[in-house]
Amino acid sequence: MSPLEPEELLRAEGVAKTFTLHLHGGTRLPIVAGVSFSVSQGECVVLGGPSGVGKSSLLKMAFGNYLVETGRILLADGERAIDVARAQPKDILDARRRIVGYVSQFLRVIPRVGALDIVAAAAQESGLDREAARIRAAALLSRLRLPETLWPLPPATFSGGEQQRVNIARGFAGEHRLLILDEPTASLDATNREAVVGLIAERKAAGTGFLAIFHDEEVRARVADRIVDVSGFANREVA
Amino acid sequence: MTLPLLSARGLSKRFGANVACREIAFDLNEGEALAIVGESGSGKSTLLGLIAGMATADAGEVIYRMRDGAPRPLSSLSEAERRALMRTDWGFVHQDSTRGLRMGVSAGGNIGERLMAVGDRHYGRIRASAEEWLARVEIPIHRIDDPPTTYSGGMRQRLQIARNLVTRPRLVFMDEPTGGLDVSVQARLLDLLRGLIADMGLAVVLVTHDLAVARLLSHRMLVMKQGEVIESGLTDRVLDDPQAPYTQLLVSSVLAA
Repeated sequence: MSPLEPEELLRAEGVAKTFTLHLHGGTRLPIVAGVSFSVSQGECVVLGGPSGVGKSSLLKMAFGNYLVETGRILLADGERAIDVARAQPKDILDARRRIVGYVSQFLRVIPRVGALDIVAAAAQESGLDREAARIRAAALLSRLRLPETLWPLPPATFSGGEQQRVNIARGFAGEHRLLILDEPTASLDATNREAVVGLIAERKAAGTGFLAIFHDEEVRARVADRIVDVSGFANREVA
Repeated sequence: MTLPLLSARGLSKRFGANVACREIAFDLNEGEALAIVGESGSGKSTLLGLIAGMATADAGEVIYRMRDGAPRPLSSLSEAERRALMRTDWGFVHQDSTRGLRMGVSAGGNIGERLMAVGDRHYGRIRASAEEWLARVEIPIHRIDDPPTTYSGGMRQRLQIARNLVTRPRLVFMDEPTGGLDVSVQARLLDLLRGLIADMGLAVVLVTHDLAVARLLSHRMLVMKQGEVIESGLTDRVLDDPQAPYTQLLVSSVLAA
């Protein structure tokens, strides 16, 4: 039996993290403590609070990219739940293929791979066949208004905004029921921001849950169902 | 639950008073790429030699799940069985291509030789496979009859890869596969390897001191120092949130390009 409620996609319970900087005399840098919240189907939960309060670190922990020191982060997987804090690497990789996607602030460029192939590969990884993956990739890139002449080219030479649209398309290309977004609209103009807001709304309507950071007030107001203020957790001692 | 493809248990090796590997244990699953990183002298190449059966451990064992599904300790294989494994189900990409290629034999012959070793005797079919693999590793077909001595460093590495993969192995060992190559040549080779690993569902044990190579090619990572594994985990987790003091030092010592 899953410890999660039927509609819950993610639940963080008592999550705490401190960075230990061994190269700087073992300085301990407390990031967050006692963080608990949950994300349900079709819901967009936005992490709020000033910069440096640990929002990005929480997203990275939920994706298994940062170690969860204390507490647990449960991801719904059908009848059961995966605790990211304790899962084996192969289970986290499996969860990233099937359950949870991530859109970072910047695209990590892979030499020589074209934009369309990058997006299609993400769709294929989550289970689509080659043809369906390319069709979905093309649809997403059109929707995000990336000029078709750029599709076969590696994004290394693209502008920041163009790279970021490839990054967003890649994040949305899979079948993930939970998407983690780290300021995906930061480098986009108004029209492209609008396209991203539209994509989020559609996926929400289809039941996808979102855990996100948006500094853009307008975007946040339009997509957020709930704002979890991380600064409320930052200095609180674990009970 | 499927058994791991390969399990290392308590592997130890010393050279005189110097401990090269101390009680190393890990599992490798099918289709999983594992990077072993560390500086020179950390014991990573010794460990690779022990896993690949090229050196004998002082203690511990390596268990490999054979194609018939039966897990066997490598030490229990006869010499003939071990050689058969290395020619068919395993590949080994060396940093020094002269160790992985027959330098006096044509490129086509280098690829064909591995097929003949598994019993293929049909010249036309062997030639066709060699051509197909040269194309896959982006070597012009008209170079098929030239020996690797006439090839550039990057082409030799790609030929080594073709020679290894033609028998469709399940596991490939790589020892600094991009070491000594120009950066632009490295990028092309890495991209090729990345594609082949994913397409063929290869399991990989990759030894490298280059963290960028490890990030691009591996799922999981072991960090070695003075013969011991001091940190392990998901590759991006180890690189982005290193826990051990030595891993933090390694990661922070890389110049961002």
